Amino acid sequence: MDILDIIKPENQVFCKTKLMTETPLSYCPGCGHGTAHNLTMEVIDEMGIVEETIGVAPVGCSVLAYDFMNIDITQAAHGRAPAVATAIARCWPDKYVFTYQGDGDLAAIGTGETIHTCNRGENIVIIFVNNGIYGMTGGQMAPTTLEGMLSSTSPYGREIKTMGSPIRMTELVANLPGVYYATRQSVHTHKHARKAKKAIRKAFENTRLKKGLSFIEIVSNCNSGWKMTPIEANIWMEEHMFSYFPLGDIKVDGKLK
Amino acid sequence: MSELKLMKGNEALAEAAIRVGADAYFGYPITPQSEVIEYLMTERPELRTGMVVLQAESEIAAINMVYGAASTGKKVMTSSSSPGISLKLEGISYLAGAELPAVIVNVVRGGPGLGTIQPSQADYFQSVKGGGHGDYKLYVLAPASVQEMADFVEDAFDIAFKYRAPVLILSDGLIGQMMEKVILKDQKPRMTDDELIEKYGSWAVTGRTNRERNIITSLDLESEKMEKRVHRLMAKYEQMEKEDLRFEKIQCDDAEYLIVAYGSSARISQKAVELAREKGIKVGLLRPITLFPFPKQPLLELAKQVKGILSVELNAGQMVEDVQLSVQFKVPVEHFGRTGGIIHTPEEVLEALEQKIIK
Repeated sequence: MDILDIIKPENQVFCKTKLMTETPLSYCPGCGHGTAHNLTMEVIDEMGIVEETIGVAPVGCSVLAYDFMNIDITQAAHGRAPAVATAIARCWPDKYVFTYQGDGDLAAIGTGETIHTCNRGENIVIIFVNNGIYGMTGGQMAPTTLEGMLSSTSPYGREIKTMGSPIRMTELVANLPGVYYATRQSVHTHKHARKAKKAIRKAFENTRLKKGLSFIEIVSNCNSGWKMTPIEANIWMEEHMFSYFPLGDIKVDGKLK
Repeated sequence: MSELKLMKGNEALAEAAIRVGADAYFGYPITPQSEVIEYLMTERPELRTGMVVLQAESEIAAINMVYGAASTGKKVMTSSSSPGISLKLEGISYLAGAELPAVIVNVVRGGPGLGTIQPSQADYFQSVKGGGHGDYKLYVLAPASVQEMADFVEDAFDIAFKYRAPVLILSDGLIGQMMEKVILKDQKPRMTDDELIEKYGSWAVTGRTNRERNIITSLDLESEKMEKRVHRLMAKYEQMEKEDLRFEKIQCDDAEYLIVAYGSSARISQKAVELAREKGIKVGLLRPITLFPFPKQPLLELAKQVKGILSVELNAGQMVEDVQLSVQFKVPVEHFGRTGGIIHTPEEVLEALEQKIIK
């Protein structure tokens, strides 16, 4: 058997995600966004719902999500993706509508839209990538930046007394009756990515069943913002982020865990 | 069947939105325009036509809901009043940048700040000079009656979809709150989803089928691309000036003096023209119906005929600058207007004309 036999489609055990475009990702090497994009697109592909799916991109590192996701997508103003998705879901009740947002977008400037969209129980999926920092603008403090963590706007470390505590959005929204499913995942290992994909699948299934809002937080890294190598960033994430933002389901089928 | 009714301006506008076959309305209460959402909630348009009506948590959320629905090719509208419109301006700039059709209604109250809940035209600059950030303009319709509050909804949607651009209906607390008879047009059917995809499938995000994906964004990180986008917008505005300028001339044929006024101020000024003519003063009125595009050429023509122009506005002097620019300072142009929500009387307008222009 030579190499040409081996690369025949029937022998392939993995392939490029079909719903990702050919555009090279703009994310830093080691960043979790690429994996989170892939998993989301795989779920849409496997469910065969691309013709019925409308995505909403945020402002932040993933503002260019529409360059990478080969789906119909609209790019919202900073923090407003849940409002944009609300209207799309209301006008197209049989479509699959999702937002893809970062922590600055969802948990700072867009807090109002996040809370009220969750509270109305809009039939959408929110994918929330939390890396504890503003990546795109160059490493400023986010609402999810941990205590003592360095950033360009907390250069001596986040001080709780003057800057407040990092906010746990998923726990917060899980307490709203409109939220049907709330979970916190990560994508930094194959094992975690597989679990995250299951969660994303469950969320889109909830949309299909018109169960209301599914909220998936993905705790991720930002090696350039954290000033670490990708490997160091993942170790730091496991050691520090996961203790404050514990992984796992918070609300399943409308019931708090 | 068309129907004759006695209605408030705000209610007529809301009813017209249902009848024109609008797909959605997103709003937030604020005086003096809360009747729009109250009427829509009471009328249950979701049962009449399937129209979506939602009270948003803020003006900001409402305009971004408009952005979302407009991204999908739906006929969508919001309304507010001055402080609320200030909040919506970011979203309006995005609508213009992303080239989305939408109708925004401003039932103006006095400002700045929280201001007053009484009528005003102090949002003229905000409406015609951009308002939000960036190089963009709004097509601005200024109704002067309850009938026009109803009729302009359809006109606004036609323009919004003709140009894929946001359109503003600039009303005020007087036109919004007063009751007049209004002829309401027949109910038009809402477009079905299939019809919408057929018509707007080349750009609207409705789910990627057998075509390239559609993307709605106002972002172009490459300067050359962004400049192209701005040029595309400017070409639209130029076309609006050529094809969709609207104005009304009242008793201008033999006029020696001219009043320029829009909306509620035009109604008051029309009475002032009558009073002046009773005294033998030949005054005409030019009422801009669109504030952008502005009737520059008609004004320049009239400047050859009249001895002076009074710009009458419920503000401290805003449109007067556009009148001056239009007539290229060929004749004296002065401003008269009350502010703070006070509505000038026809007698005050005539007195101002005599003192500032006729002398």
